[in-house]
Order: sequence, then structure tokens, then C-alpha cells
Amino acid sequence: MSGLFQNIGFLQQGPFSIPRWEALFSHLDVLGQGALVTLLVASLGLALALALGTVIGVMSTSHWKILRGIARVYVEFFQNTPLLIQVFMLYNALPMLYPQVMIPVIVIGIMGVGMYHGAYIGEVVRAGIQSIGRGQLEAALAQGFSYVGAMRYIIIPQAMRIVLPPLTNQAVNLIKNTSVIAIIAGGDLMYAGDSFAGRYGHYGPTYIVVGLGYFLMCFPLAVLTRRLEDRTKGV
Amino acid sequence: MDALLNSPVLEMLKDPILYKGLWLGLVLTLEIAGLSIVLSFMFGTILGSMRYSALPVISHIATVYIEFIRNLPTLLLILVSYFVLGLPAMWAATIGLTIYTSAIIAEIIRGGLNSVPPGQWEAARSQGMSFIQSMRYVVLPPAVVKMIPAIVSQFVTVIKDSSFAMAIGAYELMFKGTILAAKYWRPSQIITIYLIISLVYFLINFAISMVARRLQTKLSIGRGSIGN
Repeated sequence: MSGLFQNIGFLQQGPFSIPRWEALFSHLDVLGQGALVTLLVASLGLALALALGTVIGVMSTSHWKILRGIARVYVEFFQNTPLLIQVFMLYNALPMLYPQVMIPVIVIGIMGVGMYHGAYIGEVVRAGIQSIGRGQLEAALAQGFSYVGAMRYIIIPQAMRIVLPPLTNQAVNLIKNTSVIAIIAGGDLMYAGDSFAGRYGHYGPTYIVVGLGYFLMCFPLAVLTRRLEDRTKGV
Repeated sequence: MDALLNSPVLEMLKDPILYKGLWLGLVLTLEIAGLSIVLSFMFGTILGSMRYSALPVISHIATVYIEFIRNLPTLLLILVSYFVLGLPAMWAATIGLTIYTSAIIAEIIRGGLNSVPPGQWEAARSQGMSFIQSMRYVVLPPAVVKMIPAIVSQFVTVIKDSSFAMAIGAYELMFKGTILAAKYWRPSQIITIYLIISLVYFLINFAISMVARRLQTKLSIGRGSIGN
């Protein structure tokens, strides 16, 4: 009997004790604000990554060797060096280039994940364009489609099926990678969790809630990726 | 010319402390990444086979683990290993990376095994091959060719993500570089240090990517479909 009461001691003390949970739930708004920052950085970062990725992808299928070369160097550099260094370089280099402007850490985060995932999305877009045979475009043009019409009705609908699953997968990775701005005090979910946990030592419950936050943002997209993959395979 | 020779960047580049610091950082980065890769490969193979398993309980456990971990940031897993599990920094980084990478490798292995049509397996067994023989000679060769590029590119990710270990104060390449950057403080020096570190990461990762590409071409010879 006494053994039973000893075993529930972890509820009173230890890394996951009830007082720690209570403290966390009374400060839950801090994590909520962090989650909003993460969503903001992720959505704007994704927009930048899509724009850059489309440009890089189109460049790497270009006839001009120089454009292909630039795209190649961009992709290889960003895919083979850590995101953290890229963020640190932006963090140190941007104030050097624009000393009079105060650049918010959030902007550095958006640029960092945007440029990093732009390289990955560039490769996805390139694969998508190359998967559609050149004959398709030629056939469409021969049938009297304009270039834009051929793209709109013939090429893009087919390329989308191939491109969408890896794109949503990149979106998941992008959301997770926004967490690196915590290291430069970016105010995102990871930073909010880490600084709250560090101040009071409530690491256990805080990291569980932070993990759930990221899971809730990423899991729906991961499920969508799987659905899109199955649809592509079904064709 | 004189100004160039006495520039702060050149002054820093002549300092042996810089190279010694970066070298020590690189060694720890490679230790963390190498250990994580080996451990992740072991656990990933176990998890992948568990998910492939016909026993529902076993495959459910693997599925829950993979689906949950895959949707968490690696940085969070490293922080949990350090602050909640209380591991020393180097091991916390290694275990954090392993928890994440095992889930990814498990998915790659399952995908590779699934890519081999079940008919091939059935044909091998009906020809009198044992379980191990069918795996060894029929199912694994094409599956492994499918898995290798993905697994190797995951190794590149592990090396890159080992830089997150700076958040818990492990003296790997990225953190060593940041400490040196604080020592040399001038913006031009800081940028130079980060450029040097980028180059080091780039050379390692680019070499790995090239090996992966070579390996894939080599392995896929004679493994195409009939008439290919």
C-alpha cells in the first residue's frame, strides 16, 4: 500500500509533476503567440519559397546554359549547407549591407526558410516540367492552342499531379524548419516554449505542448501529401 | 596593398587558433552525425520492418512512432534529449537526431520494399526459394536501388541538422564558428568565418551527394525492367 503512494510521487514532483502543468497552462497565451509567429513565418516563407522555386525550376529547364548554371549553383549551395548557417549569415550580413535599417528577426526567418526551401522546390518544379514530354506542348501548339493556353490546359494540369505531393511535403519541412529562428531569438513557438521552460525549469510539459503544436500544424499536410501521392499513383 | 595585407580578415586568417577551433568543431560534427547515421540505420530498419509486418499490433506501434516523430522539428527532439532526458550535450544531439532520422529511414525502407510488386515475392517463393533467399536475390536488390538515393540524401540532412546542436551548447562546427565569430567581432570577419564553415559543410555534403549519384547509376545497371 505504501508502495502505491510512493509511486504517485511523480505527480507531486519530478519533470512532469502537476504543479508544472498548472504553471504551463496559466501561461499558455505565451505559447499561443509563439504559434502565431511560427504560422506567419511559415506562410510568408512558403510564398517566397514557391516564387523562388518556380523561377529556379524554370531556369534549370532553360535553353540557356548560363541560366541553368546559375540555377544549379543556387540549388547545390542551399541544399548542401545547413539552414542555420544561412540564417546566421543573413543575420550578420543584412545589417552590414543596410546599417541604417533595423531588420526584424522574423524577416530574417522568412528569407532564410524561403531561400532554403526555394532550392528544394526548384528541384521539384524542374522534375515536374521535365516529366511532361516536349511533344505535348508541340501537339497543343499545332492544334491551335496559344502558348499560354497550352500551358494552362495541357501542361500545368499534368505537371501539377506530379509536383503537388513533393510540394506539400516541402511545406511540412518548411514549417518544422521555421524552428531554427528560435536560436536567434525569433519569438516563434519553439522560442516561446524554450524560454518559458528555461525560466521556470518546466521542460517536460512545455516541450510536450510545443511538440503537439508543431504536430497539429504538420500532420494535416502530411496526410494531404499521402492522399495526393495515392491519387498520382492511381492514374 | 598594405591595407589589404593588414586587413582584419587577413589578420584572422593567419591566426592558427581559427583553424584549430574549426577542426575540433568539425571532428565533433562528424562524430555526432556519424553515430546518428549508424544508430538511425539500425533503428530505422527495425521500425521499417515492423511497419511492413503482418502483425497489426507491431505495425501500429511503428506507424504511431513514425507519424508522430516525422511531424516534429529535429531541434525540439534535441532539446528534449538534453533538458528532459538529461543527456550530455553530444549524446543529446546524437539521440535527438537518431529519434528523428530513424522515422525517416523507416519510411524509406518501407517505400523501397513496397515498390517491389508482390508477384515477384510470390514467384520467388513458388520457385522453392526460402524466405531469406527470396529477400536476398529477388526482393532486396531492386528495393535497395530505390532506397539508396533517399537514404544517402538523408545522411546529408543529418550532417546539416547536427548544427542544431549549438542550441544545447555542443561544441560542433557551427557552434565553434559562432564562438570564433564572437572573438573576432568585426562583421567582415564574422561573414568570412561563416563562409568558411559553409564551404566545409558544402564539400562534405556535395561529396556524399556525388557518391550517391554514382552508386545509383552503378547499381541500376542490369536491374532495369525487361527490354530496358
